[in-house]
Amino acid sequence: MTESMDTATKAKLLRTLLDGGMPDEHGRFGPFGGRYIPETLVPAFERLTEAVRTTLHEASFQAELNAELADWAGRPTALSPMRNLSRRWGAEVWFKREDLAHTGAHKINNALGQALLAKRMGATRVIAETGAGQHGVATAAACARVGLPCVVYMGEVDMARQSPNVGRMRLMGATVVPVTSGDRTLRAAIDEAFRDWVSDPTGTFYCLGSALGPHPYPYLVRELQSIIGREARAQMLAKAGALPDCVIACVGGGSNAIGTFHAFLGDPSVQIIGVEAGGRGPGLGDNAATLTTGRPGVLHGTYTLLLQDAEGQVQETHSVSAGLDYPGVGPEHALLREIGRVEYRMACDDEVLEAVKECSTYEGVLPAIESAHALVGARDWARQNPGKRILVGMSGRGDKDMPTLQTTLLANNGVLS
Amino acid sequence: MSQTPADRLTQAIRDVRRDRVALVAFLTAGFPSMTKFRDDLTTVAEHADVVEIGVPFTDPMADGVTIQRSSMGALSQGVSLHWIIRELAAMPPVKVPLVLMSYFNPLLAYGLDKLAADAALVGVTGFIVPDLPLEESAVFEAELARYGVALVRMVTPVTPEERLHKLCNGAQGFVYAVTMTGTTGKSVEGTAKDLSAEVGTYLDRVRALSPVPVCAGFGIRGPAQVRLLDPHADGVIVGSALVETLERGESVAALLDSLRTGVA
Ligand SMILES: Cc1ncc(COP(=O)(O)O)c(C=O)c1O
Repeated sequence: MTESMDTATKAKLLRTLLDGGMPDEHGRFGPFGGRYIPETLVPAFERLTEAVRTTLHEASFQAELNAELADWAGRPTALSPMRNLSRRWGAEVWFKREDLAHTGAHKINNALGQALLAKRMGATRVIAETGAGQHGVATAAACARVGLPCVVYMGEVDMARQSPNVGRMRLMGATVVPVTSGDRTLRAAIDEAFRDWVSDPTGTFYCLGSALGPHPYPYLVRELQSIIGREARAQMLAKAGALPDCVIACVGGGSNAIGTFHAFLGDPSVQIIGVEAGGRGPGLGDNAATLTTGRPGVLHGTYTLLLQDAEGQVQETHSVSAGLDYPGVGPEHALLREIGRVEYRMACDDEVLEAVKECSTYEGVLPAIESAHALVGARDWARQNPGKRILVGMSGRGDKDMPTLQTTLLANNGVLS
Repeated sequence: MSQTPADRLTQAIRDVRRDRVALVAFLTAGFPSMTKFRDDLTTVAEHADVVEIGVPFTDPMADGVTIQRSSMGALSQGVSLHWIIRELAAMPPVKVPLVLMSYFNPLLAYGLDKLAADAALVGVTGFIVPDLPLEESAVFEAELARYGVALVRMVTPVTPEERLHKLCNGAQGFVYAVTMTGTTGKSVEGTAKDLSAEVGTYLDRVRALSPVPVCAGFGIRGPAQVRLLDPHADGVIVGSALVETLERGESVAALLDSLRTGVA
C-alpha cells in the first residue's frame, strides 16, 4: 500500500498530523487506527474517550500529574552525553535516560497518567497487561501510589524470563495472573486483559501499556509519553546548542518511540529511526519486526500492520526481548512509516546482546534488552554519519533482564563472554 | 421481489417462534475434527433451527476457554475460512439458515468483496463479527448488502437506551442480544439462576425496538434457562455447551433436543 500513496497525499497527512489533527474523531491516523471492539465495551470506551477529552489537558489534572512526575517519578530524566560510545562509534551520542525514571523505564509516564485518570473516573480496580514486566511494575507502583487495586496479566513465558519484575509487582500489592492461553507472551496477556474487562466493563479501568489498541489508547499513551521528546528536545538545545541530526528509539508496541519522536516530527532536519526486534532473522515467526515485514489488519482493536499469514491468522513472534515480542504495532507508527517520516529498521538478537555488553562495559549503563535494539541502530547510523549528533531513547534499564543475561552473555560461569 | 438470504434467516426464526423459541446452535468449524465437519454440521442442523459456524481465530478476545480451545484445535489442524467455504460448497445444502461468526481479521484477509459473493453462493445468510461495532461496520455491511446477506448486530445489557435504538434501527436477520457481560461460555451450571433477574426486562426492551427477531446468547447451557428466556426472546443461542458436547463425543441430538423442547 506504500506504492499507492503519492507524495502529495503523504505531505498532506504529515501536515494534518503536525497540526494536531490526528487521530481524527474516529481514532484514525490516516487509514490506520479506529476502534474494533466487542459491543459490551462500547460504553466503557465512550466514557474513557470523554474522560480523556475533558480531563487529560485540563489544568488541575496536568498540575497533579506534573507534580507526581517530578516528586515521585523522578522527572525530568537526564540527557547524558555518552563520551565513550561517541569515541568508539565516531558520532556524538546522547542518551535520553528513561532508565533513570522511577521503576526503571518510560512506562511510568503512561501508567501514572492512566492511574490518575482512573481515580478521577471513579474506577474500582485497574487491570494491565505486561510483557517485559516494566508496564506491570509501573502500573502496580502507580496504583499503590493513588490507592487502587491492581491486577496484571502476564504470559507464562515472560514470567520466567522477567522473573525479577514478577516479585516487584507482588511486593507493590498487585495480583499477577499467569496467562497460559495463546502464545503465553504479551499478545496473549492483552487478549486476557480484554476478557477481564468485558466481564466488568463498568468498574474496571484498563491501563494499556503501549501506544496501541482501540481508540483512544494510541492517543492517550502518546500524549502521556510525549514528555520524553519534549524534555529531550529542550535539553538538547540547552546542552548541545542544536537539535540532533538523528533521533532513534526501539519499537515494540511503540510507546517510548512515539513519545520520543513526537516533539521532533516537525523538525525537517531531524532524521527519525525506529528499531524493531529482528529476532533470529527475517522469516515469518523468527522476529517481531511488524513495521518492516507486516501487512495491514486488525488486532486488539486497531487497524495497523501485523505479522499474519495469508488467512489473517496472527503469527507467533520471536525476540530475545519480552517487551518487543508483539505481532502488531501502534497505528501512528504504521502511518509514520507509510508517509515516510520515520524509517524503521530491525536489529537481531545477537547484535542486541552485543550492544548490551558494549554499553554496560564502556558507559556503565546496563540497558534493557529492548532499549539495546536502539543502540544497534545508533551504532550503524553513527558509523555512516561521522561527526554528526544522535539522540538515543534509552527506554529502560536492564536489571529485569538478568535471568536472560545469565544464560547468554554470562553463560560462561558468570564471566562475560 | 425474491427473498434475500437475510430475509430467509429472519423468516426461519419467525416460523419456529409460532410454536416455541428458536434454537441457534454454534460450532467451531473443523473442531474437534476436520474430517467429521460435514457430519457434525449435518447433525447439528437436524436438531437446530439456525446454525452458526465459527471461523477460528488466533486471538478470540471475546471468547471464554471453551471457544479458545476449539479455535486453537481447529487452527492447528489447518482450518481456514477458504476451507470452510470450500466445504460448504462441496456438501449437500444444509436445510437451515447458516450464519458465519468470525473476528474481523480473517474476513479482511479473505477480501470483503470476494467473501460476500462466495458466502452468498454457499448459502450463508448472515455474519456475526464480535469485534466489528456499528461505527466500523459500514464497508462490510455495504459489501454484504449487494448479496442480501445480513450483518447481525449485537446488543448487550450495558448498551445505553439511545444506542439500543440506533442498533435496532436497520437491524437485519436477527438481533443478537448478549445476556451478560463477559466472555462466551461463562455460566457453568446451566440453571436459571445463572441469568440475572433483569434479563427478561432487558430482552423485552430490545424486542420492542427490533424490526427482526431477537436471539439471546452467552452462557446458555440448560433447558431451565431456555424456559426462562422463552417468554422474552425469539431464539436462544447455544455455543460453548455444544462445542464441549462435540469435544467429548457425546450426543449432540440429546443436548439440542433438550434445549429445543425445554425439558431435560
Ligand atoms: C524498557 C522498555 N523499552 C521498550 C519497551 C517496548 O514498548 P514500547 O514499544 O511501547 O515502548 C518495553 C516494553 O516492555 C520496555 O520495557
